[in-house]
Amino acid sequence: MSAAGPLVWVAVVAIALGTWAFRASFVFLFGYLDEVPPWVDRTLRFIPPAIIAAIILPRLLVVDGSVAIDPANERLVAGAAAFLVAWYTEDMFATIAAGMVVLWVIVFLL
Amino acid sequence: MASSTEARRADALAGLRDGLPVLLGTVPYALVMGVAAASAGLTVPQAAGLSAFVFAGLSQLAAVDLLGQGASVVVVVSTALIINARFAMYSASIAPHLERLGRAWRWLCPFFLIGPVYAVALSAYEDDRPAHYGWYMLGLAVPSWLVWIGGTAVGLVLGAGIPEEWQLGFAVPLVFIAIVTQFIDDLGTVVAAVVAGGVSVGVTGLPFGLGLLVAGVVGILAGAVVERAGAGGEP
Repeated sequence: MSAAGPLVWVAVVAIALGTWAFRASFVFLFGYLDEVPPWVDRTLRFIPPAIIAAIILPRLLVVDGSVAIDPANERLVAGAAAFLVAWYTEDMFATIAAGMVVLWVIVFLL
Repeated sequence: MASSTEARRADALAGLRDGLPVLLGTVPYALVMGVAAASAGLTVPQAAGLSAFVFAGLSQLAAVDLLGQGASVVVVVSTALIINARFAMYSASIAPHLERLGRAWRWLCPFFLIGPVYAVALSAYEDDRPAHYGWYMLGLAVPSWLVWIGGTAVGLVLGAGIPEEWQLGFAVPLVFIAIVTQFIDDLGTVVAAVVAGGVSVGVTGLPFGLGLLVAGVVGILAGAVVERAGAGGEP
């Protein structure tokens, strides 16, 4: 399911330029605009939690095209365990380790 | 001339030292990035190029995920750029400190503004610690950037060699789970996450990978509405 090579590079270049433009934006705007308008600031704040949750949940809840909210869904159980670890430790390595170990225990041992 | 080289080295070393925690945190993230690229079918140059030129983990993981699903390039790029729009906030707060630098530095330094680099640099600049802000930034960010690129390549090769039943690709949502908790800090952000997550499960059938964009936008609006309602009479 490899994406066509040239299209991947088109995406890489477009994302790279756009991302740099956001990062450099106020370095060039400075003087015209001293700070982010408050409403922009408030809206930007919601982007990461919304997009990230939208990436996570289908991967935990959707099994073979349908929603599975039950203990037999090993990804949901492992994801929930990882969320608890993330919440209390705020440590990426511990979160990944907890989630993968729980998944492997369920898949290989239970 | 000699003293100026000394000063540059001192600034770069100070940046390197302050950046060590950032560097360590980059390692597992970069490996997962590579694993994700492997499962999406990217080549080593494509994955390493993405890491080298974009240097923004969240957007890269989302882009690779969408590419693997065969999403259209327009959707891939739009989604990644919406995720990275938040860098404008970093830009706004660090820009006044970069004013003193020459043009080439002012073009270069913002490239490295990932969240942790931004936080470390801002605190050093606010204390006016480095003699040269540019060399400090390079010392702080370039090692993490190199580890990010190298880790992506290593992760891709490892990921491609590990059997399917180990489900290494599951590390991708786990990284997102680790990160999402950092962005959830009040009712508005909780609502944004819960609504976007709920909608995304309902729209997985949408073509071109549009589901993520639709769910994200609905979640962002929901968070904004809740915050507005909660703010009540505040100006």
